[in-house]
Amino acid sequence: MTLGRVIGSVVSTVKLEALSGYKILMVQPVDPRGEDAGAVTLALDTVQAGEGDTVLIIDEGNSSRMIVGDSMAPIRTMIVGIVDEVNMEANG
Amino acid sequence: MKLGRVIGSVMSTQKVDSFEGVKLLLLQPLNENLEAAGDPLIACDAMQAGPGDVVLWEGGREAALGLENWYNPSDATIMGIVDRVYAPGGSGGRS
Repeated sequence: MTLGRVIGSVVSTVKLEALSGYKILMVQPVDPRGEDAGAVTLALDTVQAGEGDTVLIIDEGNSSRMIVGDSMAPIRTMIVGIVDEVNMEANG
Repeated sequence: MKLGRVIGSVMSTQKVDSFEGVKLLLLQPLNENLEAAGDPLIACDAMQAGPGDVVLWEGGREAALGLENWYNPSDATIMGIVDRVYAPGGSGGRS
């Protein structure tokens, strides 16, 4: 899992059945300090995250398919948690 | 998932059986500001997208799962047509 910050959302009416019912959020990957780290990606939201939230991201298809309970869903990137706090006690 | 814009199409008559009936589109990947990001690629279309449409697409294993017949060699598939993008800090709600 990685950290990200929600920076926006994407609205799509015409989309695959497997994607319906989920909000699609725009996520900026961040490092543990909250600094931008990498290219913005789109993720399906399962935890009612909102703009500005720091979130937990999974970027693995089989894990995502397990969450939605559909072994054939064409999905990979999902928001699976809202981060309350990150404590970094040693420099990595 | 990623954002992209349909910039054309590719015709192919002689192709693998599992691509039968699948439209191939020329896709320009976009960043969060809907600016071109990276080189154009060919994507399978699961959505009846047309030229100029901003779309959602996915690569890798999920690309194959996006098509009706899942046992296919797609490495990029269009899975949705974007109505609007809200990114207050970035693109400001364009599409």
